[in-house]
Amino acid sequence: MGSHALATPVAVVGMACTNFGELWDRNVDDLLVEATHGALDSAGGLGVGDVDAFWLGSMISGVSGLTLTRPLNISHKPVTRVENMCATGSEAFRNACYAVSSGAYDVVMAVGGEKLKDAGYSGLEMPSVPNDGTPPVLSAPAMYSMIVPAYARRYGVSEEQIKEAMTHIAWKNHSNGARNPRAQFRKEVPKETIAAAPTLAGRLSVFDCSGVADGAAAAVIVRAEDALKYTDKPLYVHALALDAGSGTGRNDSDYDYSDLAEAAASARTAYAQAGITDPATEISLAEVHDCFTPTELVLMEELGFSERGKAWRDVLDGRYDRDGALPVNIDGGLKSFGHPIGASGLRMIYEMWLQFRGEAGDRQVADPRFGLVQNQGGSPGDLVSAVTIVSGRRP
Amino acid sequence: MVGIESYAVYLPVPRLDRADVARVVGGRGKGVRPVASYDEDATTMGVAAARAALRGTAGSESLWFATTRPAYLEKSNAATVAAASGLAAEVAAYDLSGALRGGAGALRAGLSAGASVVVASDVRYGLPGSADEAEGADAAAALVVGPDPVAELVGTASLTSEFLDRWRIPGEVRTRTWEERFGVEEYVPLVERVVDDVLGRCELKREQIDHVVISTPHARARATARRGFETAQLAASDAAGLGYAGAADLAVGLALALDAASPGDVVLAVSATDGADAFVFRVTEKHAAGARSGLADAPPGQPVSYGDFLNWRGLLPREPARRPDVKPPVPPAARRTAAWKFGFVAAQCGSCGYRNLPPRRVCLRCSATEGFEPVSMVDVPGRIATFTDDWLSESVQLPARVVAVDFDGGGRFECEMTDAVGRELAIGDRVSPTFRLASVAGNGVRNYVWKVRPHLEEED
Repeated sequence: MGSHALATPVAVVGMACTNFGELWDRNVDDLLVEATHGALDSAGGLGVGDVDAFWLGSMISGVSGLTLTRPLNISHKPVTRVENMCATGSEAFRNACYAVSSGAYDVVMAVGGEKLKDAGYSGLEMPSVPNDGTPPVLSAPAMYSMIVPAYARRYGVSEEQIKEAMTHIAWKNHSNGARNPRAQFRKEVPKETIAAAPTLAGRLSVFDCSGVADGAAAAVIVRAEDALKYTDKPLYVHALALDAGSGTGRNDSDYDYSDLAEAAASARTAYAQAGITDPATEISLAEVHDCFTPTELVLMEELGFSERGKAWRDVLDGRYDRDGALPVNIDGGLKSFGHPIGASGLRMIYEMWLQFRGEAGDRQVADPRFGLVQNQGGSPGDLVSAVTIVSGRRP
Repeated sequence: MVGIESYAVYLPVPRLDRADVARVVGGRGKGVRPVASYDEDATTMGVAAARAALRGTAGSESLWFATTRPAYLEKSNAATVAAASGLAAEVAAYDLSGALRGGAGALRAGLSAGASVVVASDVRYGLPGSADEAEGADAAAALVVGPDPVAELVGTASLTSEFLDRWRIPGEVRTRTWEERFGVEEYVPLVERVVDDVLGRCELKREQIDHVVISTPHARARATARRGFETAQLAASDAAGLGYAGAADLAVGLALALDAASPGDVVLAVSATDGADAFVFRVTEKHAAGARSGLADAPPGQPVSYGDFLNWRGLLPREPARRPDVKPPVPPAARRTAAWKFGFVAAQCGSCGYRNLPPRRVCLRCSATEGFEPVSMVDVPGRIATFTDDWLSESVQLPARVVAVDFDGGGRFECEMTDAVGRELAIGDRVSPTFRLASVAGNGVRNYVWKVRPHLEEED
């Protein structure tokens, strides 16, 4: 019993990511084709027929594997659609990794894509089962804004101090996104502008929320022992973890809305797989699920980067800035890269692909050791969290 | 012996300032009137009154629900009131919807039925600037009828008269009226005659009556009819300073009179709508220690702007947020969970004691799969665990105040906090459950849910 590192390690040998944003001129087929073909090209010019199996991640942009086979004209292949809310991209990747590691296939592909901007709403419409009308209906910003008073109370910090840290996170991720040609929002925003914006939910303004975007990303995955056949700089997978909570926090008075226990659990599992004992120093950079700025704040503690109750201080001290000790969301994050649900987990891995190959341009982190990707779905108390750990070194 | 065993009045918290109305539509106005909040209708207010009146009583065999602003037609609103009031399936629940006279009819039917609960609830408005808007009162009252009363029924009299004084087409906002003098000349003799009839039957003289209630939508007829009585006789029902509460007006007035009455007092309640109805009660010894209407302990009113009020009544629709359409509850799901949805009944785990809200097959604390006890959460106060303001909510009133509530004795639920417009919230604040509307969907389905409101110290 237990969770283990893959008995047969795997590596990413090709990746691509579309621009994210309000892509009025492209549909989900266009996005999936661009990401898939791009990933195959970067894996030494593979063809679609060279891939033995596909995992497609999409929350609301299509059902079944046929959402991928139709636009790509793939036939007679095992193609699976996966969905795990906003962690869908990581789920497609995780299951694809297991498939090559098991020996069932030699070359597999994980693809994530989402077309959100045709809905006509600025937010995200979650698919819901017809019900009795009693489940609370909160907007996503409202659900995450509940963290703020709860965290303030738990650690004796003022809501103003938390808001200052939230503003810093928004400022940092906008600043990082400004250096990313694929990002939805490519403009630095002064802290004064962020702090003064009108609220949407609790202490959250539009600057505290991720961008709703269209986009797709894809990865070609093979066993680590075969990786150098496809590229001279593979990205090796050291850990794959997923934690689904019981989803009962919102009905359990033991839960106080100040933490994201599923994120901590998935990180613990991943660190054990990768042999990491001190994440705060061993992780060189992290892509985390900054759906809202309080999420990123609390995640710094859940992932073991900051002490409990101290993340707000570390954030304000610049520890997670681009030039800080542990850059977080150096590609702009969900905040300014944008959040096409099914693609986001793979977008995070794409930044690792660039960073560990030395291709991240003026965002490049020097000599990264381990990179951490944390991707989650749901809301405080009702969460799934995936953690993936990668590096340029073969496990 | 039959009569009123217990009674309660519910007044919504928002107060509309008539001067605020006058600033917009002209004319003059002073004082305030109670108005149903954005998440209230005749049904939810009726539930609040019925719940309070039924507390501690033996139960009823029938429920009679009167309103002129029914939430639904064809579908019974009395059934919703019965379910949310915790009444058993064996209770026969009937609607007297549409006519103002349903208020008197419900009382008469309830008294005839014996063990019953009479619920009258109304939302009074009209076109902006109308007399109903300025002089009405949104309110509900419930009277529990039974054999061991605080006010014994002595006698009744009724007259029915066909004439057109006021009328409203189903679905319309505006109530039309004929010219005022016509109504005076029709109504005043009807009141005189019905009072004579009932006093004759009860072998009482006018001066033997301690408290008089005169209820009619016709303001001038009311003023004229009142001249037949002493000010002291009318003082109790005047005390609250409420406007005309429609189908609920007679029951509200009767409750106010009973609040002021002592054992042995005689109460005459007269309603004049399309005829006239008169009821005489004698207050019993049981009333000395009996509970009152609850009006004295009602929460303080909260001002509502005229703009918000018009928006709530659908008379000043605002541009909605660019959000998905409101999803209605589906009837089979609402039917399956009726005890939870309408009765706010949680499942208390027999193994660990934790209250599961909503009820589940597997306890969320200890994973037990059997031995759950149904527990009504209706009278269980709680505390705010955390909260937020949601400007993207589908609630009519923005921002929606959303709270996670930890109930005394266990149980957590997230819901909207109502009666809290502009109120400063804090973790630990005390709250109490209340039956309200979450939303009304495009297909007209009204999503009734339990929310919380600020807890009142008087409730402890």
